[in-house]
Amino acid sequence: MPIGIAVLLFGVSFGLLARSVGMGRVAPIVMSATTFAGSAQFAAASILHAGGTAAAAILAAVLLNVRYAPISISVADLFGGAAPKRLVQSQLIVDESWALAARGGGRFDRDLLLGAGLLLYPCWVGGTALGVLGGGLLGDPARLGLDAAFPALFLALLVPQLAGRHALAAAVAAAAIALALVPVAPPGIPIVASSAACLIGWRRR
Amino acid sequence: MTRVWIAVVIIGAATVALKAAGPVLLGGRELPARVRALVGLLAPALLAALVVTQTLASDRHVVVDARLAGVAAAAATLRLRVPILVAVAVAAAVTAAIRAL
Repeated sequence: MPIGIAVLLFGVSFGLLARSVGMGRVAPIVMSATTFAGSAQFAAASILHAGGTAAAAILAAVLLNVRYAPISISVADLFGGAAPKRLVQSQLIVDESWALAARGGGRFDRDLLLGAGLLLYPCWVGGTALGVLGGGLLGDPARLGLDAAFPALFLALLVPQLAGRHALAAAVAAAAIALALVPVAPPGIPIVASSAACLIGWRRR
Repeated sequence: MTRVWIAVVIIGAATVALKAAGPVLLGGRELPARVRALVGLLAPALLAALVVTQTLASDRHVVVDARLAGVAAAAATLRLRVPILVAVAVAAAVTAAIRAL
């Protein structure tokens, strides 16, 4: 629930940013409703603001979201039913809902994944609408330290995942890969490349 | 269409496709044990990458700022086995306090 509030506040800040960079009122809300992935939306809005082309904004946002390919593969076995149903339900996958649902050992809790996604979606879209329409009451989310709340959440969800040598080795290797690539690769790529750390598990078994 | 709308529509479509990739293409099928072992390591790997990039990366630079203190404080409180949300609140509070100095 408090994560929902954090997501709501981030939604507000995205709405504020998008409005201030001249995206208008409707486009930011449509973007939150269809993209539902904060980092990519912030990146796209910043690039459009800096006078970047649509292509540059698209490239940055898609690179940031490529991680959803491995993420969605990791939970693929939870989704049953007809393809259209799987398509709709898969849109509830977002970093926070996926991390909350992780049970360790490659298992994920389907109800938690979809439940958290269902809670966070209106928080994100509603927050964006509030930010676009309402405005400056909140101020800069960085002032509230909200940008540190998300890595802290991911850290808290990572710790129980670290049972076993392989998991620990994969986490350390992934962190090293990601940090090493930050200065040399566009944002988004370090996280995608870090997924290669799971190859540590290949030889055994 | 303006460039804003072009970006919004294409980014939205691409993200929908990326999120759907696993569930639509593989949906409901049990993966082979070998692949399962790899996929099981995706969660710790990607979570660790998210932690370090969101704590230390600023665009294309590695920077040490108030976020690191906040996340370190959260890590310390996690050792005390507090609820996750307390740790998250500590991270935000410590970061905000340092920025306010």
